[in-house]
Amino acid sequence: MSVKKIINDPKRVVDESVAGFGRAHADIVRVEFDPIHVVRADAPIAGKVGLVSGGGSGHEPLHAGFVGLGMLDAAVPGAVFTSPTPDPILAATKAVDGGAGVLHIVKNYTGDVLNFETAADLAAADGIEVRAVVTNDDVAVKDSLYTAGRRGVAGTVLVEKIAGAAAERGDSLDEVAAVAERVNANARSMGLALTPCIVPHAGEPSFTLAEDEIEIGIGIHGEPGRERVALEPADRLVERLLDPILEDLPYTSGERTLLFVNGMGGTPLVELYLAYGHAAAVLADRGIEVARSLVGNYITSLEMQGMSITLLKVDDEMIELWDAPVQTAALRWGR
Amino acid sequence: MGLDITWAVDWVRRSADVIAEHRVELITLDREIGDGDHGENMDRGFQAVLPKLDDLPAGSTPGDVLKLVATTLISTVGGAAGPLYGTAYLKGAVAAGGAVSLDGPAIAKILEAARDGVVTRGKAEPGDKTMIDAWTPAVDAAAHAATSGADAAGVLDAAAAAAEAGAVATEPLVARKGRASYLGERSAGHRDPGAESSALLLRAAADVAQAAAGV
Repeated sequence: MSVKKIINDPKRVVDESVAGFGRAHADIVRVEFDPIHVVRADAPIAGKVGLVSGGGSGHEPLHAGFVGLGMLDAAVPGAVFTSPTPDPILAATKAVDGGAGVLHIVKNYTGDVLNFETAADLAAADGIEVRAVVTNDDVAVKDSLYTAGRRGVAGTVLVEKIAGAAAERGDSLDEVAAVAERVNANARSMGLALTPCIVPHAGEPSFTLAEDEIEIGIGIHGEPGRERVALEPADRLVERLLDPILEDLPYTSGERTLLFVNGMGGTPLVELYLAYGHAAAVLADRGIEVARSLVGNYITSLEMQGMSITLLKVDDEMIELWDAPVQTAALRWGR
Repeated sequence: MGLDITWAVDWVRRSADVIAEHRVELITLDREIGDGDHGENMDRGFQAVLPKLDDLPAGSTPGDVLKLVATTLISTVGGAAGPLYGTAYLKGAVAAGGAVSLDGPAIAKILEAARDGVVTRGKAEPGDKTMIDAWTPAVDAAAHAATSGADAAGVLDAAAAAAEAGAVATEPLVARKGRASYLGERSAGHRDPGAESSALLLRAAADVAQAAAGV
């Protein structure tokens, strides 16, 4: 396992990366460093609901890559795999408050939830109306009574796009929150890893896998998953992810979906498209229509090799909002 | 003998040293059942408190120090540990009030308030394999020691010993809160990093108190 990384100082990785992101996308975002947050260049937008998300770094392009027209108004990057603290979340919330309230989109991880809750309390004390939607689309976590609950993973990208479009067209805070909740409720995800990842300041893999072993049911923070199995052909791996997803909601014949195959950072697109092809074929066999698709590295786990599959049951409004214009570093269409 | 502002400041300095010394150990524990950032985050938090100690105004109380630690950890640590430890120190500061010197019962009361704050914020129960499994025996031992007439240093020593035993006792547990809970049965056989850091901090408090008492 190589520990080679393109970094200067492990403690400066996030600051330096966010600075580079700001320079690369100065037409879309502006970057603040005290405390650190990334906001849409034209924020705040009067009368528009502000969307703020955030979480540990290491998942790029999530979340800063989704700041821009039609998606997030601000992103708050924490240290690698560590939730941001309340201060920058509060600063981002204030920066995007256009008087119509602010929606926090929070992945269900204990640290993220606690820090966003604290920030929301502080924002409320400053007179800003804040609502939070906690995403929890990961079917790998089975027994919610005895865990911190299902994790928020790749479905979060879909929530941010669709809720962002709702905010852009002028929906109220309640309406945007309702759309976000509806997307989350209709999205299910599951991931697998072929290799672990290496947190820069830790310098060692987050877990170890034998040459022929893979980890099923991983989250996005390099944390181990539910079980280890031997490496199998791609079609079988796709079914290992898709079967529990299909059983969970469930998705039935005749329904329309958005199929999202996401890379964990170290898996090439050639493999992701190969996996997408079989996933789409499995759905076709079951009579489930794939109305929209997304394939690529959108919510990653540093250099981990692996993928996740997300299936979102869509309705007409979700499709309309999905197709609406978006102009961010990582997603751009429709304008 | 009561514990005053000097003890409180020395405790923070000792805590920063101890966390720095155990940074890699805490990272390793966390990597096994979590995400490997606990040592890094706690180290960043306590190092951030150190320069602020010099700015404490004259006449500051132990409670003021606890509050300074609370606000600094909340704004620098991140993850779950930031809000949880921040809440612990904040509730401890409220319990300490404006007292200039803390006796055994006062220390026991502070520890109980801190633990209750963590429970309220994190909603963990004993046995969930979290920092609460170090704090709850520590609070019980502190209360018992205080009732038995132990001085402040004795109360802290009882609390630290119980926290250390509590941290060790998390090893066979299956996690039901926090990131380790995603592992299910596989979380058994590893010590909880938050329970370990809690035990380290309470031991630091006891060591500094004993040194102050000239033991």
